[in-house]
Amino acid sequence: MTGKGGISFSLNGKAVKVDLDPMSRLLDVVREHCELPGSKEGCGEGECGACAVLLDDEPVCSCLVPLIQVRGRTVRTIEDLETGGVLDPIQEAFVEAGGVQCGACTPGILITLRALLDRNPAPNRTEVREALGGNLCRCTGYEGILRSVEALLPGGDES
Amino acid sequence: MTLAYTPSNLDEALQILADHPDTVLVAGCTDLMVVDYAMGRRHDAVLDLLAVPELHGIAVSDDAISIGATTKFREILNHAEVQKNYPMLAEVAGTVGGWQIQNRATIGGNIANASPAGDSLPVLLALGAQVEVRGAAGPRIIPYEAMHLGYRRVDLRPGELITRVRIQKPAANTVQMYKKVGTRAAQAISKVVVGLCATIVDDSVAEIRIGAGSVAATPVRLDRTEARVRGARLEPSLADEAGRIASTEVAPIDDVRSTAEYRSFVLGRVVRRMLLNMISGETGPNSTAGSGS
Repeated sequence: MTGKGGISFSLNGKAVKVDLDPMSRLLDVVREHCELPGSKEGCGEGECGACAVLLDDEPVCSCLVPLIQVRGRTVRTIEDLETGGVLDPIQEAFVEAGGVQCGACTPGILITLRALLDRNPAPNRTEVREALGGNLCRCTGYEGILRSVEALLPGGDES
Repeated sequence: MTLAYTPSNLDEALQILADHPDTVLVAGCTDLMVVDYAMGRRHDAVLDLLAVPELHGIAVSDDAISIGATTKFREILNHAEVQKNYPMLAEVAGTVGGWQIQNRATIGGNIANASPAGDSLPVLLALGAQVEVRGAAGPRIIPYEAMHLGYRRVDLRPGELITRVRIQKPAANTVQMYKKVGTRAAQAISKVVVGLCATIVDDSVAEIRIGAGSVAATPVRLDRTEARVRGARLEPSLADEAGRIASTEVAPIDDVRSTAEYRSFVLGRVVRRMLLNMISGETGPNSTAGSGS
């Protein structure tokens, strides 16, 4: 019935068990308890998307997910995009096309784009903008972000 | 440490609530946790409604749709029957926060949180929704216009929770229109939000319901505007008059997002534009995009 004895879930493919307050923010659990600081805290109120992670493959703001609600579920953070030292193609595209400025919004944007591309491998610009509607870039570097995504798409990187 | 109840069915949830009436009900947490963190608020005990299977999912029948209280806005947005027969509901679901929020925020949570700016609430008014609630004493059905008792107060008695939202299927000749005015297209809390549902017969408005949000302490029906339009012939002068009535029958406030004067003015323009669009037949999604003009 309660969170006593710990709450188990899958984090980046590994089983973890966390004995913290069941209303702890998932963001704090992954950053501080599980020592995965890639997900960033921007606003702490669901406005900016910097803390986005995938919960059962759906992007969510981890600042607004209580630990109790990830019990038995699958969480993926930005740290899981890289595999064995090899960057995800979306990360490569951001490096190549200059999609990163200060970098605070980048983890949330990359994990959200991963979810988009897993559902729609060739989104148009409108679809990309809609998917990223909940991700703010404080540097206002949106053109670089869109350019990076487009470089990755079929027919992209022609300019 | 917070005590967290995760009941495996509705009866168990109601029993916990009856035994521990101070338990805080939580669902998508997209409003609750914002306040928790900003105010340093802690709860002694919470009950996770997402754990209750009966509260989740969309059931379709020939004449109605029944949406479980913990159904997420993203699920509503992507549902084929909602898109087909309740397009205004699909549209509003797509304007609640961004993708990350739509994946978590629930329709029952939007109702229970009872913000005057709750995006889906004017739409539920316009669609003539009914809210099904249940407590130890049994179920009750509340017409949506009776749901909001005052600022952030809904008609939920101690021990009751919202189970489902039921919406009668609109007649084939019904038009549905939705407009949210915010600072930007995505992720904004509304300055004004309007849902309109009307049945047109022979160029006259046979029936109309208009719900408005962010213009009063609760989401409201525009009763005086509706009364003027109902039964009237659709023509530009009617749209002008309806807009004037709408802008004077609400009592908005000045706050961080907007001013009372702006909200009244824009509400009138949105209503006027919706009626003009009914005349011109532009009643599809985003048909009110030019409402500020």
